[in-house]
Amino acid sequence: MTVKSSPTPVVELTGITKRFPGVVANDRVDLRVAEGEIHAVVGENGAGKSTLMKILYGMQSADEGRMQVNGSEVRFSSPAEAIDAGIGMVHQHFMLADNLTVLENVVLGAEPTRRGTIDRRSAHRDLEELGRSYGLDLHPDDLVETLEVGERQRVEIIKVLYRGARVLILDEPTAVLVPQEVEELFRNLRELKSQGHTIIFIDHKLAEVLAIADTITVLRQGRTVTTVDSSEVTAQELAELMVGSELPAPSTEPRASDEHVMLSMQGLSVADADGRSAVDAVNLDVHRGEIVGVAGVEGNGQGELIEAVLGLRPTSGGDLLLDGESMAGWPVRRRREAGIGYVPEDRHRRGLLPDAPLWENAMLGHQTQPPYARGPWLNRSGAREATTRIVSSFDVRTPGIDTSARALSGGNQQKLVIGREMQAGPRMLVAAHPTRGIDVGAQAAVWENLRTARRDGLAVLLVSADLEELIGLADRLVVMLRGRIVAELDPATTTPRLLGGHMTGAAGEATDDEGRTP
Amino acid sequence: MTLRRIALALAAPVCAFAISIALSSLVLLAVGTSPLEAWLEMLSYGSRLETLVETGNRATQLYLAGIAVAIGFRMNLFNIGVEGQYVLAAMLAAAAGGAVDLPPILHVTLIMVVAMAVGSSFAGVAGYLKVSRGVHEVISTIMLNAVALGLTGFLLRSWLLDEADTTLNMMTPEIPPSGRFPNLNGVVEGLSREITRGRELWGFLLVAILVGVLFHLFLSRTRAGYDLRATGLNPFAAEASGVHPSSTVVRAMLLSGAVAGLIGLPEILGDAHKYDLNFTQGLGFAGIAVALIGRNHAVGVGIAALLFGWLDSAAPILDVVGDTPREIVSILQGVVVLSAVVAFEVVSRIRRATEARDAAEATLPTVAATDGSPS
Repeated sequence: MTVKSSPTPVVELTGITKRFPGVVANDRVDLRVAEGEIHAVVGENGAGKSTLMKILYGMQSADEGRMQVNGSEVRFSSPAEAIDAGIGMVHQHFMLADNLTVLENVVLGAEPTRRGTIDRRSAHRDLEELGRSYGLDLHPDDLVETLEVGERQRVEIIKVLYRGARVLILDEPTAVLVPQEVEELFRNLRELKSQGHTIIFIDHKLAEVLAIADTITVLRQGRTVTTVDSSEVTAQELAELMVGSELPAPSTEPRASDEHVMLSMQGLSVADADGRSAVDAVNLDVHRGEIVGVAGVEGNGQGELIEAVLGLRPTSGGDLLLDGESMAGWPVRRRREAGIGYVPEDRHRRGLLPDAPLWENAMLGHQTQPPYARGPWLNRSGAREATTRIVSSFDVRTPGIDTSARALSGGNQQKLVIGREMQAGPRMLVAAHPTRGIDVGAQAAVWENLRTARRDGLAVLLVSADLEELIGLADRLVVMLRGRIVAELDPATTTPRLLGGHMTGAAGEATDDEGRTP
Repeated sequence: MTLRRIALALAAPVCAFAISIALSSLVLLAVGTSPLEAWLEMLSYGSRLETLVETGNRATQLYLAGIAVAIGFRMNLFNIGVEGQYVLAAMLAAAAGGAVDLPPILHVTLIMVVAMAVGSSFAGVAGYLKVSRGVHEVISTIMLNAVALGLTGFLLRSWLLDEADTTLNMMTPEIPPSGRFPNLNGVVEGLSREITRGRELWGFLLVAILVGVLFHLFLSRTRAGYDLRATGLNPFAAEASGVHPSSTVVRAMLLSGAVAGLIGLPEILGDAHKYDLNFTQGLGFAGIAVALIGRNHAVGVGIAALLFGWLDSAAPILDVVGDTPREIVSILQGVVVLSAVVAFEVVSRIRRATEARDAAEATLPTVAATDGSPS
């Protein structure tokens, strides 16, 4: 593995730093992309890939650092400026108008005009020319709503080329594609490369990266780990680079679990909107007094799994048992009342009423039970007392319990959410990324709360992308990949190589990774 | 803290009203009439007891309309169909009241129940379409307004006309005295002087107040009300907390429609005793404005209803005296709504900013916080 340095970088980012409240998304990141290469940027979710690309594309501005394009220093304050400098981006979520044709979508915002009207004829000509020269097969007059996903992506690529981009950024372009479409995309990318375009390719699927990229830059926790030549690295080595060489110390606490199974998933399957299996026949038990950590690159079914347990998403197969009792057909409320606590992945979306006072937020999810309710009535004084207890025992820093949840910092909001779930005395806690986006102090407090609850016999299903959290808290670790549980590991003995390998699928591919060279 | 809250809460409507007066004055100046004269004229006519009685009557109806709309608004449901719901409900309730003869209290109760049931079930159609077919309630309720008005005319002409009537006034049979609501003239006259010109203060005012109290209690004191509010504030969080999204939508629509059904009753029970061509329409749309100005709050909606009621009652004087067109009052009402929406947004931004600052300060003094927490 040698660090690659090219003499003529077309894009050079040096010391890019970007801070958001409570987190540093990019911490002195360096990226050098040579002209005419396919350069992959890899890293786990939250490693800072997307932020870096948004900075390069002018969607966000860096707090520190320098950007050079073709050797001259630049500073973009909008994507329009990046496009003028020859940089275009294809977003993961397509930005196309369904009710317009391919042609109209491509020229939208950059319409060629003749005497004040859109010059359709010349646009038509240009588009066919572009399609022919890059082998991008598209019919200009097709309605976008009739196109397949892969075709829509091609429209996005042509859109960028039409605006004269020489450098194309593709944000996880394969995430939405089926295997044949991936091959088609790769053919297109090689064609673009052969005509001198430079491609920056964001991904975390290692087999794909190795198949297409010339150079690979690895990011981890907002920092550049290294830049390597793709011919000099294996999937296993990449996985290790992504995950990190040192794992945090595992929990040293004695096991508190007994043989009593609190939550049991038996062949649980969940279908996504397209009818594909987001969760595929998962078998998993969570015992009393046990924290089961679910590791995995995001988007591999963890979110769907949790929503299925809560009853927010219908299951398509299998069974869910709480304390031995099947929850089939139970609405969300019944599950909550039966003692399932929930710390959602996105507290703003699923966990809080931002404009309501804290005491009304404290009862959310427990509004049918004492001390928050008395029969069909709310118990306002009981709720206020309970909230005061939560605020003091979980150290929620707030001027008072009448303050709106919106006013609090992320860490304090999260402490409130954790506090209200713990205070209700659940039998089973489902927690997703419980410390995401909060400061270190609040993180430590949340971890301590989870440990205490576990000691008292709480069963916890913990989904997280934070390895320190998983290894530091979990009694058992399972890895999810493409909706299945692909490995069960002991946090005390696992290695980064093992974990990274399972998370990215490299462990399975290690045996048959000859397909990585094109 | 609390004082500042109250001051902020009052600032928005007061500013909105001041801006509206200023803007409408400009309009009056532009057409070449004296705004001062017009406002003074309205003030002197508007402060007479008879106009105030009118104001109370109009406000009663506007308040019910405002509450009906506010129930939907509180969970981000836009029941634009209050208009159709109340007209259809009033007509059917009047027809039902005229068709039977019952003991006094029972008779009035029957009319009210019919009105609420009709309004409720008609609004329920929109709720059902939303949860089962995904039809946005704004679209369906607007369409259903046309259906309701057409249905009202059709049912009235086909089956419910008063056979004995010879005036071609297209009316339902008159409701017998047992189905009428007593007025409050006695109370008012006891406090001031005799009300002239045959004006009556409708007793249904008390029902409107009761509806307001129940509305407030429901939202702030009951679990179902909390579920409804939570859905309005954040439907995703509400769902995760165990609120069933579609049944809450249907329930809110039914409730909104039930209150909407009452809007026409003050007039039917207190004055007309029948549904005819003179029946007041347009209150459902006015209710949207009243709910917006009143911030969907029981007291706020009341103040807004009184304001609009007074403007409606005092406006006719402009036709009689001076050369100010009375339409200026409609302009004024429109501007009040617009500036109120803007003013409330400004105030809520200020409130959020100050709250965020207070919360940030609360996190700073670590010493104080550790002192305050039990060790």
